[in-house]
Amino acid sequence: MSDTPPHRAPRWAIWLPLVLFLGFFALVMIGLYRPADRNVASALVGKEMPRFDLPPALPGRPGLDSKVLANGKPHLVNVFASWCVPCRVEAPQLGELAKAGVPIEGISVRDTTENLQGFLEENGDPFQRIGADDDGKVQLALGSSGVPETYVVDGKGKIVYQHIGEIRPEHLGLLLGKLQEAQQ
Amino acid sequence: MMAEIGLAALWLAAALAGLQLAAGSLGLTTRGAALGEAVRPVAVVQGLLALLAFACLIYVFSVTDLSVKLVALNSHSMKPLVYKIAGAWGNHEGSMLLWVTVMGMAGGFVALVERRLPERTMLATLAGQAFVSLGFYAFLLFASNPFERLSPVPVEGNGLNPLLQDLGLAFHPPTLYLGYVGLSIAFSFAIGALITREVGPAFARAMRPWVLGAWIFLTVGIAAGSYWAYYELGWGGWWFWDPVENASLMPWLAATALLHSCSVLASRNALRAWTVMLGVVAFSMSMIGTFLVRSGILTSVHAFAVDPQRGTFILALLAIYIGGALILFGLRASSVTEGERFALVSREGALVFNNVMLSAILGIVLFGTLYPLVAETFGAKVSVGPPYFNPMGALFAVPMLVVLAVGPLLRWRRDRFARVSKNLVIPAMLVAAAAIGLLVIGSVALLPFLGLAVALGLAWASLLPLKGRNLRRTPLPIWGMVTAHFGIAVALFGMSSESAFSIEKLVAVKIGEVTQVGPWGVKLDTVEPVAGPNWTALEARLLVRYGADGKVTRMLPQSRSFWAPPQQTSESALLTRWNGQLYAVLGGEAPAAGNKDEAKSDAGSDQGRWQLRLWWKPFVPLIWLGGLLIALGGALALAGHVLADLRRINLRSKIAYRRERQGR
Repeated sequence: MSDTPPHRAPRWAIWLPLVLFLGFFALVMIGLYRPADRNVASALVGKEMPRFDLPPALPGRPGLDSKVLANGKPHLVNVFASWCVPCRVEAPQLGELAKAGVPIEGISVRDTTENLQGFLEENGDPFQRIGADDDGKVQLALGSSGVPETYVVDGKGKIVYQHIGEIRPEHLGLLLGKLQEAQQ
Repeated sequence: MMAEIGLAALWLAAALAGLQLAAGSLGLTTRGAALGEAVRPVAVVQGLLALLAFACLIYVFSVTDLSVKLVALNSHSMKPLVYKIAGAWGNHEGSMLLWVTVMGMAGGFVALVERRLPERTMLATLAGQAFVSLGFYAFLLFASNPFERLSPVPVEGNGLNPLLQDLGLAFHPPTLYLGYVGLSIAFSFAIGALITREVGPAFARAMRPWVLGAWIFLTVGIAAGSYWAYYELGWGGWWFWDPVENASLMPWLAATALLHSCSVLASRNALRAWTVMLGVVAFSMSMIGTFLVRSGILTSVHAFAVDPQRGTFILALLAIYIGGALILFGLRASSVTEGERFALVSREGALVFNNVMLSAILGIVLFGTLYPLVAETFGAKVSVGPPYFNPMGALFAVPMLVVLAVGPLLRWRRDRFARVSKNLVIPAMLVAAAAIGLLVIGSVALLPFLGLAVALGLAWASLLPLKGRNLRRTPLPIWGMVTAHFGIAVALFGMSSESAFSIEKLVAVKIGEVTQVGPWGVKLDTVEPVAGPNWTALEARLLVRYGADGKVTRMLPQSRSFWAPPQQTSESALLTRWNGQLYAVLGGEAPAAGNKDEAKSDAGSDQGRWQLRLWWKPFVPLIWLGGLLIALGGALALAGHVLADLRRINLRSKIAYRRERQGR
């Protein structure tokens, strides 16, 4: 390399940027159309529910102790808050699940009693127990990255499925299936 | 009403961009040459209309017009005015509008002032600019309309993420956007030059101020963003190799390379095809970075996820613009001759080395940013962090910095290393002295070790181009180069010192207890609740003292709770001394102390222990000081080039005037 650079770049080098860009394009196309994988899955799926004992969020309703979850029946654990808009969106679906006899336990994240009461009056109340997670510690321990999130827990207290984001009508079948699996 | 005016202005601007594209392309043909006349005025009006649309958006945000969906989703009537205004661009739609506004304004400005290039090249350039703008207008109007109304009108808005309610951050994205989009001008110039095959020194001189301007904004934006992350997130780090940060770093690296190859092309008419390609790559990196961040393809926290529709739309735009430009480059580059030749040891040689190294670093950052996506395609989940980026980046950065010390001393075309080597004795001795000193101290990791040693030598060497010059006659661009290179040494010293000598301490202390971090004694005096306009907080009062007999100073870190939307942030407290910064973060009350629900009410009692996170970071402010010096260097060089251009224009008109008078 005494007299650099060569007088003219080789032909292939001129097309190299385009080839690299096409590679990028293909990669991103694949990434963009795999929306299912864009969620932050909790590392806890397939593991025991972490131990916690949350105080009641509402007077007259029990709080949530993780021991309750290991009572032999599968449960849904719903992480929600009155200030979260998607939680309103999923409320009818939770109502239906509750009607179908699924025990639903609530973890109310950073909320106040009045707001929570208002939220339940407005959107329906599918919860058997509601624990108050005022500093978000249990939410963090669950590996949940936001609200709402819903966990399917089997009768031994093991998390078998994590649903990220609001439950839409089309997700009901999926969740019921997971609950069924958890039963066995 | 204002929302409708804004939307109308946006449609009109889009229509004018279409006209600009048509007139510009037809103007290149012989039959449509007359249409070419229209291009410049149309470009100016298009920019003004985009600005009007943006002003309307700012207006609806500043009065919190909740009937506009975007305002309802992102703002709140209880917010301080400055954050209401900043809210206008603190979201997807608003930031895209800011993007086209900057793009339109920049295009209009070029149309107004740039007269050096052949008119055909200018027509192609402005048509190219319009072509790019058109895609983004379409994206705004069809896929993310910022002026969409909402019915029924909600009583209150959703609020702005409290992390973003910070003065530095309010003005950080616009700065970065000016940089990103400023590069679109370089992109258009490159396209214009490829279409008309006019790649030469005049092209480089016309493009250089735009590259410099964009690069200055990028530099300031990156430095500001890094400082924001440093004090606002409360993690004590200043760079996390997060995709968002990489998205701003990649255009910066490309623009830095472009800047240097531009100066080779302007002064020596060499590196022609390479400069054009960098012009295309720099703006491509802006678009790719923005796409990666905006599409949510890399960030996967679902509260933030964007629908893939939008991602697909931007991706289609990327394919058209980047793919199209690279095809054009492939077709035309072979007819662009390489230009003047030069020897390996020469100013050009050093600049080529700099370009190759910068491109390599760019490749490393891009690969690292995309790697999680690659892995995911094969079914694995990984995140790539400092263990990859730091050593891989240093592998190329260190040789580049060594050449940086020598390069500016070399002559153009051909030189001998022996001629400059005696100047480098002192920097080499500084490097050796630093290395020995650090070995004596011991236990400094390899990268900070290299960084500190190189920084000292570079600081001296960067000033050498001024040696033997009459300082008052030295051209401004030389001052700019020296300042920017010195800034790199300063920033490097700060980074290395931070990672080599930082001391971190996490303690749980009672009120009145004293703890020691590095040379500082820190006493927790009180913890009290305070209230702000839209938050409440617990504020700790720390009394700190440097050494045994230093003056006692107060620090007030806070743990803030916002209520719209509810979120907690920690406001760190910083105390800057000439030799570093003390950084304090207040955590919660230590968990051992009783019922956490009552923690807030008995905050002042001396029962509890409070978690404090303290860092002593020697010389850390030099990182951002260096960043500002780099930007200042760019500004000096820009001022120098623009003044020289003005002088030339002035001279030319004087000559023309004189000729006219003599002719009479």
